[in-house]
Amino acid sequence: MPKPIISHPKLPRNKLGLIERDYEGVVSTLCAGCGHDSITAAIIQAVFELDLEPHMLAKVSGIGCSSKTPAYFVSQSHGFNAVHGRMPSITTGANAANCDLTYIGVSGDGDSLSIGIGQFAHAIRRNLNMCYIIENNGVYGLTKGQYSASADVGSSAKKGAANKQSPIDAVGTAIGLGATYIARSFSGDKQQLVPLIKGALAHKGFALIDIISPCVTFNDHEGSTKSYAHTRQFYHHVIDVDFVPPANEIKAAYDDGASMPVELHDGSKVIFRKVDKDYDPTSRAAAFSFLRSSINAGEIITGLLYINEGNGDMHELSGSIDTPLSKIPYEKLNPGKKVLEKLMDRYR
Amino acid sequence: MSKINDFAIKIATVNGTGSASANGLLTKSIFRMGIPIVGKNYFPSNIQGLPTWYEVRVSKDGFQSRSSCIDIMIAMNSQTYSKDMNDIVSGGWLIYDSTWPRSNLLNRKDITVLGIPLSKMCNEHFDGTRTRILMKNIAYVGALAALIDLDLDIITKLLEETFASKKHLAKSNLDAISLGYDYVKEHFSCPLPTMLQPMDETKDHIMMDGNTATGLGCVFAGATVGAWYPITPSTSLMDAYKSFCKQFRMDTETGGKKFCIVQAEDELAAIGIVLGATWNGARAFTPTSGPGISLMGEFIGFAYYAELPAVIFDVQRTGPSTGMPTRTQQCDLLLCAYASHGDTKHVLLFPANPEECFYMAVAAFDLADQLQTPIMMLSDLDIGMNDWICPNLQWDENYQPDKGKVLSAEDLESMEQFYRYFDSDGDGIPYRTLPGEHPKGAYFTRGSGHNKYGAYTEDSAEYQEVVDRLLVKWNTARSMVPAPTIEYSKFNSTAILSVGSCDEAIKEALIRLKEKNIGMNYCRVKAFPFNDDVKTFIDKHEQIYVVEQNRDGQLRSLLILDVDADPKKLISILHYDGMPINAGFVIDKVEEEITKGCVA
Repeated sequence: MPKPIISHPKLPRNKLGLIERDYEGVVSTLCAGCGHDSITAAIIQAVFELDLEPHMLAKVSGIGCSSKTPAYFVSQSHGFNAVHGRMPSITTGANAANCDLTYIGVSGDGDSLSIGIGQFAHAIRRNLNMCYIIENNGVYGLTKGQYSASADVGSSAKKGAANKQSPIDAVGTAIGLGATYIARSFSGDKQQLVPLIKGALAHKGFALIDIISPCVTFNDHEGSTKSYAHTRQFYHHVIDVDFVPPANEIKAAYDDGASMPVELHDGSKVIFRKVDKDYDPTSRAAAFSFLRSSINAGEIITGLLYINEGNGDMHELSGSIDTPLSKIPYEKLNPGKKVLEKLMDRYR
Repeated sequence: MSKINDFAIKIATVNGTGSASANGLLTKSIFRMGIPIVGKNYFPSNIQGLPTWYEVRVSKDGFQSRSSCIDIMIAMNSQTYSKDMNDIVSGGWLIYDSTWPRSNLLNRKDITVLGIPLSKMCNEHFDGTRTRILMKNIAYVGALAALIDLDLDIITKLLEETFASKKHLAKSNLDAISLGYDYVKEHFSCPLPTMLQPMDETKDHIMMDGNTATGLGCVFAGATVGAWYPITPSTSLMDAYKSFCKQFRMDTETGGKKFCIVQAEDELAAIGIVLGATWNGARAFTPTSGPGISLMGEFIGFAYYAELPAVIFDVQRTGPSTGMPTRTQQCDLLLCAYASHGDTKHVLLFPANPEECFYMAVAAFDLADQLQTPIMMLSDLDIGMNDWICPNLQWDENYQPDKGKVLSAEDLESMEQFYRYFDSDGDGIPYRTLPGEHPKGAYFTRGSGHNKYGAYTEDSAEYQEVVDRLLVKWNTARSMVPAPTIEYSKFNSTAILSVGSCDEAIKEALIRLKEKNIGMNYCRVKAFPFNDDVKTFIDKHEQIYVVEQNRDGQLRSLLILDVDADPKKLISILHYDGMPINAGFVIDKVEEEITKGCVA
């Protein structure tokens, strides 16, 4: 359902002259209070503030509640709602054909960590240039409440049974596999989310944001470790970042010992505001050990845990030209009649 | 009895001993003598150690199907002596490595056994185990050259070309040829009555396998994205595409690649990559075989319903399941025609030889873009991996890819509103837009229920309107796909109807049946859905033998399903042992059926 158009002359406009409403989509059909809708709002704010041309964004998703959300933001960009767990391959092909677009993928814990874990892993391996969001609620919503692979041991389902299998942690998995931008956040923390999404979109390579996004209908009860209450109680803002667009001066005052700017390939920067001075967000080993110790302590650490701007993305790794392949005129792709004639000699 | 330019040689070796280059040398030399020839490789699913065979058929008449009998056997593998000996026609020859005399095993009285101490000679002449093994194979080519009067100058020139940059290898290969040649000249009376004589029948022809031709077709069609998961027998298709791209698709200014090949984690991802790429306007393809199609099923149905182009090459191998991966069959017809759940059906193309692989690959990309649907081209291991003689491939300089109904930014600018699944032309084919072109072109590509405007729907009438319109498109496809090849005479009331690589066996069978006063017409389908010519052809005959290489008569089923052919008219002739069909089989089966008919 399209939203009614109301515009106010005083609404803030971005560099393209667009208002935030221009980045919205159709009305969400998710349950009232769903964490996913808050993430949608954060995405809208992030792309609005990044002055992204709507048609240069490509939205991709798999199947599940989370994967419906690309319909709810930026209706002026193309969307691709793929089959279950296969969004990474669609994005790989789309990116192979046109590297000029900005890719945002929205997936869920079932879509990414169960049916789609193979594609999730291999998109990381290719360092596919995309922002990959997991809207993680520990449960299958659309099929009414089965555990997902991210459910914690001891977390109980709505009907009371506790989960006994150990969870697949998206962030730990991504560190292990070598993703180049890895963050965790909470749907209820837009302040933290918006710069994380901006950084992920500007990062050239595979950027994962695993976002705890409580399911109000099937996984928000007492005993669940993915509920609003549990997340709020155990969640720690440990490594916040600020996002500074290209050509902007870093204005905020940072305590030198606790902050660290990292420049992204397009000239923008993420500034780490760290709790622990000794934490190095460019060290995979440090990120993994920090993550494990916090999980053992029952804490949900959030923020940008790891970044590596040095690895080439899929195109750099394969050596393809900068022009999007889909834009190369046929004349430059076809070897021509004479070449074929000459080639025939080799087969005689 | 002398047999000039009309005989078959079979070479039995051990996999991994380098016999492929020796066999290639043999066939190419005969080809260069102007004599029609076909070489077929029967290899195991193995890297080293299992038996492998190569069959060379020399045919002055240009028949390219497998020969029914073997005149000369080169038995290089003692594991298979008894089997190999039994394959030889009475009066034929068996050549073996007599370094280890085996007269007790090779005891057929009606053939001539020629022992040549190939290993002994090579061990004395060459150093190094690997070289000795390789050269033993080259030496049997030398021995054969003397026996069948193969032109030594041609062999020499070919070796010099092959090893132009490695002169020492040219020399050792030539030495090995001489070892075999000289020994035979000295010890046996040469040439045999089964021998070669130069002809002029291979001018303006090439020897190429279907996978190479298909890969080349992808380059000429302007395909830029190839995704795949390695699977026999399709792997060499992507190898060919890659190698041609490295020659013809490097940007001269930047050195960057004007192509992107992604080796995917599995076939599910390979087809996903293709769909992502075509969604964005690139021409993209994936080569695979039956097991890959099974895995791609869900996405193929998605592409059918969301209307995305895709080109899939299924180089068929023997099923079911893993089956016999290095043997041939035409067993994926039904799988491909109706791949995926729900009401789906797909356009299929059936090349019969490498030449058609080249042209049909190009046609596949055009059809995929025009029809906005997956196009599957079904070749098989016999076409894909064996070298066939084909006329030189030609290119029409005026060719332009037909990208179908894609709206440009200018089109969109001047439009009131764009609707993705609106059938404004009445041919069932809607207009599409590409991401990144224009904000007005945006739509949500989905496999869930949608109405003609592209919006999500669970409304019965809206849903049905779209799936009914897909049937209109299906009938448009029927008129766009390649027409069948038909040989027709009104004097014949029976006919053969077949597909793909059966073609050579059938053409030869028809000639030989005619010699026995059995005249039959012939229709070879080149695509599914079948166009009206196929229906008309069936209607004109009382009885039709449907020849195909699978157990269940899949082509026959498709004819019944798609053009409502009368099942009683259609008699299956089925060849499905994994080896390529040959003319003798077709003739025997046809005669058997005729006899049955007479008795009844």
